[in-house]
Amino acid sequence: MEVVDIVPPELKDNVIVTSVDALFKWARGNSIWPLSSGLACCSIEMMCSAAARFDLARFGYEVFRSCPRQSDLLIVAGTLTWKMTPPLIRLYEEMPEPKYVIAMGNCNIGGGPFSDSYSVVKGLDQILPVDIYLPGCPPRPEALIDAMLKLKKKIQHPEVARRAE
Amino acid sequence: MAQTEHYILNMGPQHPSTHGVLRVKVELDGERIVHCTPVMGYLHRGIEKLMESRTYTQCVPFTDRLDYVSSMNNNWAFCGAVEKLAGIEVPERAEYIRVICAELNRIASHQVFIGSLLIDLGAATGMIYAFRDREKVLDLFNIICGARMTCHYIRIGGVIKDAQDEFLKETQKFVDYVPQMLQEYDNLFTGNEIFMERLKGTSIITKEDALRFNMSGPNIRASGHEYDIRKIDSYGVYDRFDFQVPTGTKGDNWDRYRIRFEEIRESARIIQQALDSIPAGPYMAKVPKVLKPAKGDVYHRVENTRGELGFYIVSDGTTKPYRVHIHRPSFINLQALDTMCKGLLLADAVAAYATVDPLMGEVDC
Repeated sequence: MEVVDIVPPELKDNVIVTSVDALFKWARGNSIWPLSSGLACCSIEMMCSAAARFDLARFGYEVFRSCPRQSDLLIVAGTLTWKMTPPLIRLYEEMPEPKYVIAMGNCNIGGGPFSDSYSVVKGLDQILPVDIYLPGCPPRPEALIDAMLKLKKKIQHPEVARRAE
Repeated sequence: MAQTEHYILNMGPQHPSTHGVLRVKVELDGERIVHCTPVMGYLHRGIEKLMESRTYTQCVPFTDRLDYVSSMNNNWAFCGAVEKLAGIEVPERAEYIRVICAELNRIASHQVFIGSLLIDLGAATGMIYAFRDREKVLDLFNIICGARMTCHYIRIGGVIKDAQDEFLKETQKFVDYVPQMLQEYDNLFTGNEIFMERLKGTSIITKEDALRFNMSGPNIRASGHEYDIRKIDSYGVYDRFDFQVPTGTKGDNWDRYRIRFEEIRESARIIQQALDSIPAGPYMAKVPKVLKPAKGDVYHRVENTRGELGFYIVSDGTTKPYRVHIHRPSFINLQALDTMCKGLLLADAVAAYATVDPLMGEVDC
């Protein structure tokens, strides 16, 4: 028997049958709460994307939290140095599961313009699992929105995202 | 009377009001601050060292990332130093375009200041307004060089691209909009009772202290010194423009806020004068493809949005600088934090951080 057959015929137009998992994924992808952890230049563009013109609130992602316990997305915006690494790892570990990481800016992809510096981490993926890489120096707010929509796709359809890799 | 121990509270490096990755160790007696120690270096990228392994032209993009909300001023400081070192004469039109861009950037930077000050004091609406108007300036940069923040537009010997008519026309439109914009800000929050109460009379820097800490920019002007590099050691074509240097009287948070507010008005005046008198001509000097300044050293300073930004460059006659030292205003202004916060309530320390307006990219360098 199909699951759909459980629904009485008079309610067919009003009731959607789905799995709990799919429902959670749908909700999770539409209300990401980012942690406002600005490290450098990219954080200004992150603020811009939450402000009037770009208005991240259109997608439901504007709830920037200052506390890692309340957030599920870590946008690492800016150059990451070795001195900043322990606090950042701690922030990541304090976040509740499920959690996602966006590596914003060239610095977090491979060191960017500071790749030959003695104090800069050459790529965020050396210390944290990264979900989305967002290039740019700094990326424009449109690019950040695009990255968050890609993350939404990844949350809602993990199997598709895996195949694309 | 019973004695209690002081409590040490750690603010940052992850804190919404530390403007990046500043960490402050606050020693508290109850709710009053006894001592406050800034801990820096969380964004130290070694820019001075990196510059030693780049040619002079390749160094310019690094200056964008020092004080990332006023990149034009930073470009100008470095390019000015190299031009002094190599004896390059900048064409007149380029100087005017530089003035327009630098002043536009000053406005954009002060809007970030106003926005972040308000968001720190709990008025998130203010940030929305300030950032809305900042986008207008960023649009102008978009027209002239294609970038929003890290422009890399001012190059050694001039500017990389001529200012199109469209840019000049749009800039005129923005300058006409500035008085209306400031009026709107005034109506929105300047008269707000809570806002005034929190800023007036808090974290005072006296006239002597400001000198003692070697502060510069709006912070020293708020304490009553008329110290502006554009006036006292004029560079570019600033001596041709008529503008005021707004100064405060008390040196409290309110003065620091008002001065930046007035500076936006003055910047708009300078841009208006520059737009009216911009000459035609080349926008780039003849700069050799391989730039090899003679042996020697040079110090060049400009009035950045945060104060006196200076580049000290030592040349050994090769294509790369032998040593670059950057005199960063944010770093020096931040030294006053302890004096400012002493005896304050913990909640007011946030306002003090915001009005010193440090930018960690510049502090840690």
